[in-house]
Amino acid sequence: MEQPVFIAGLGVISAIGNTVAQNLLSLEQEKTGIAPIQYLDTDHRDEFPVGEVKLSNAELAELSGFKHGISRTAMLSLIAAKEALADTELANLAGLRTGFVSANTVGGMDKTEDFFRDFLDDNTKGRLRNVINHECGAITNLVADQLGIRHYVSTISTACSSSANAIIYGARLIKNNILDVVIAGGTDALTRFTLNGFNTLMILDKQPCQPFDANRRGLNLGEGAGYVVLVSARIASSLKKEIYCTFGSYHNANDAYHQTASSPEGTGSLLAMEGALKKSGLQPADISYINLHGTGTQNNDSSEGTAISKLFAGHSPKMSSTKAFTGHTLGASGGIEAVFSALAVRRGLIYPNLRFETQMDGFPFTPETHFSTQPDVKHVLSNSFGFGGNCSSLIFSKL
Amino acid sequence: MYIRAASNISPQNTFGNQRFLSELAGYTGDGLTCIEPDYKALIDPKIIRRMSRIIKMGVAAGMDCLQQAGVNAPDAIITGTAYGCLEDTNTFLTKMVQQNEEALSPTAFIQSTHNTISAQIALLLQCHQYNNTFVNGGASFENALLDAMMLLYEGEAANVLVGGIDEITTNSHAILKRMGLYRREQVSNFDLLNTPGKGTMAGEGSAFFMLSREASDNDWAKIDGVSSFYKPRNTAEIKQQISIFLQSQNANIHEIDLVITGNNGDLKNDAVYEQLLKYDFANAPVINYKALCGEYPTSSAFATWLAAHEIKAGGCSFVPESDQTSLKKVLIYNHYQNIHHSLILLSAC
Amino acid sequence: MADLKEQIIEQLNLQDVKPEDIGDDQPLFGDGLGLDSIDALELIVLLQQKYKVKLSNAEDGPKIFRSVRTIAEFIESTRIPNA
Repeated sequence: MEQPVFIAGLGVISAIGNTVAQNLLSLEQEKTGIAPIQYLDTDHRDEFPVGEVKLSNAELAELSGFKHGISRTAMLSLIAAKEALADTELANLAGLRTGFVSANTVGGMDKTEDFFRDFLDDNTKGRLRNVINHECGAITNLVADQLGIRHYVSTISTACSSSANAIIYGARLIKNNILDVVIAGGTDALTRFTLNGFNTLMILDKQPCQPFDANRRGLNLGEGAGYVVLVSARIASSLKKEIYCTFGSYHNANDAYHQTASSPEGTGSLLAMEGALKKSGLQPADISYINLHGTGTQNNDSSEGTAISKLFAGHSPKMSSTKAFTGHTLGASGGIEAVFSALAVRRGLIYPNLRFETQMDGFPFTPETHFSTQPDVKHVLSNSFGFGGNCSSLIFSKL
Repeated sequence: MYIRAASNISPQNTFGNQRFLSELAGYTGDGLTCIEPDYKALIDPKIIRRMSRIIKMGVAAGMDCLQQAGVNAPDAIITGTAYGCLEDTNTFLTKMVQQNEEALSPTAFIQSTHNTISAQIALLLQCHQYNNTFVNGGASFENALLDAMMLLYEGEAANVLVGGIDEITTNSHAILKRMGLYRREQVSNFDLLNTPGKGTMAGEGSAFFMLSREASDNDWAKIDGVSSFYKPRNTAEIKQQISIFLQSQNANIHEIDLVITGNNGDLKNDAVYEQLLKYDFANAPVINYKALCGEYPTSSAFATWLAAHEIKAGGCSFVPESDQTSLKKVLIYNHYQNIHHSLILLSAC
Repeated sequence: MADLKEQIIEQLNLQDVKPEDIGDDQPLFGDGLGLDSIDALELIVLLQQKYKVKLSNAEDGPKIFRSVRTIAEFIESTRIPNA
């Protein structure tokens, strides 16, 4: 087995809280973050419930320390990344090779939308400062500058698996001795672009979503950011604080079936999970809990369920989709769920799959319906699958 | 890692291994646009109908590269694109605004995702392997190269397809021009670097490489290393980065047979290079490449293609006869708007 | 139905396909014209824009979009009550 990497810090902001502690409390109390649209300026306001971070742009600016007018994607990112870095309790970043690997799918689209209203009528109009950070990479740069990280800055975008891939890339940068410390994860803000985009696919649920339920109707979009701080063994041993878990096993595969739909057989998800298990040297029975991709769409959940049935035949682990709490946060989901997974390993937590009612036909497992603590959560598998067939699975393990 | 094959759709006659040097394409105005091949011969018409220009450029160059290499099942597909599929983004955004969020069609939204090109190649090949996309401004292609290099080193892959792709659209050009990136007055791409001023010419391109762990008979060149660094504080720091990079490659600046720099004709942008040309690169022949492809965030993919092409040819046709040496080591140094800087070292096989 | 065929070709950007190439009863999906789920969504938009017919449940798609004739019948059936 290869040298593992250690997770030494966590940071998250989502519909169920602005900090790790707040998120954890909502998970414990089984309190969802899905609600009618409050902040996003859209004509579909009353149509689709979403998982919004419960802060206005002005409040986010205040909390993040960014000046007003910066993309919501960057503000969410900075809040969670700062929390993760502080949580790591590194005495001094200066002497370390530190990287910031952040994923997102929307970049500064929230601001570009504002720009476009004026620009479309007259291309000499529209305030340039609203479009200057349109690129996904520009969001990462804004946050890296605030964090004071210059050694290595990178941005990944592979749709809904983006931040899982950022965490894999970050871990590999450490394993290959290129960096000592990497803040890895992702961010995405809700935008009209994504809400309308998913609406054209007719996969948005008009009620709070029910992942892995026979009567599921679709997904709720969410927003937020989640980061883990990955450190090498050398750094981990120098830290005085407790390390959350190890992270060394992962796999990135492609479904190669369709641009948006997952294969009915779950080819890509199966390959991703199998690959991660193989890398870890673990058996399916060693997995204590699966944090599902579980978006709540007919297609994803049956595809992912099929893959799980095959791989875990005879010994299904406990499993749930936390998207019933947060909504599908797209480029941030892998990061947010990595934070939840690391906490699950560290503290022996199993999260509920809120609103689960009816068993899906043909699957031998049932998602967890209540929050619980378990003494023996040793290995947690986290799935992130996306458009373009991008499928990634991560395994977090007890120290 | 060895460059087994390369394919390049650019504003020059680079695709299909034409002899691009014998007929350099000239452009007057403020931008260079790609000379595109007939895609119908390269991509299944059933699939091509949804593809916007950048997706066609990306998929065609990627598929052509695989074909040249004789590899139909790469172990990984990795792309770098700063802007992604801009035209699709633009289409969906425009309709969303104009139609007040009503009756929108899904295709442009689906295709606007940044990973569309690498996903489409995987779909065409039925390739279930590693698939990744970097969207990191001026270091997108470099990050993809580093990812490939790590995969080869880790033993996770033997053959990796890597590409750098960016497009100009009418709207992105208009916006970037307003930001002052491009020349206000008409200029010829051949004169661009001889008449330094404010702004450069826009560019675009799609260059793909088949990178292999093991050498084969027809390799173009070898990529020894890649390094990118972010917002250096001053020239001293850039010099330090170059020296650390060369040291890590066990190379000395005096051994470099050719330096390719990213000058783009903008005074402020080029000041960085001028400093280095005076001292660090003073003893090596130096050429630049943006007169050929214009300025865009993944232009270093074009530079990598150019370096490999010249190494394969055995000498650099852009260097005066008297300075000609056989090319053993070529260093590319580029920066995009002084944010991401990068170094790529290539050598002859 | 000829108009409808032209609109389908345009909406789905079916290159090199002419209206007369599509049979009235030819299956549009699967082995027929080879359309997929994204095309079904595009057809929903087409009906909404050109015929003001709204299909709120994507699962009705396969039945309605079986062939050009079934689409035409669906448009007719929704129009009569409003006429």
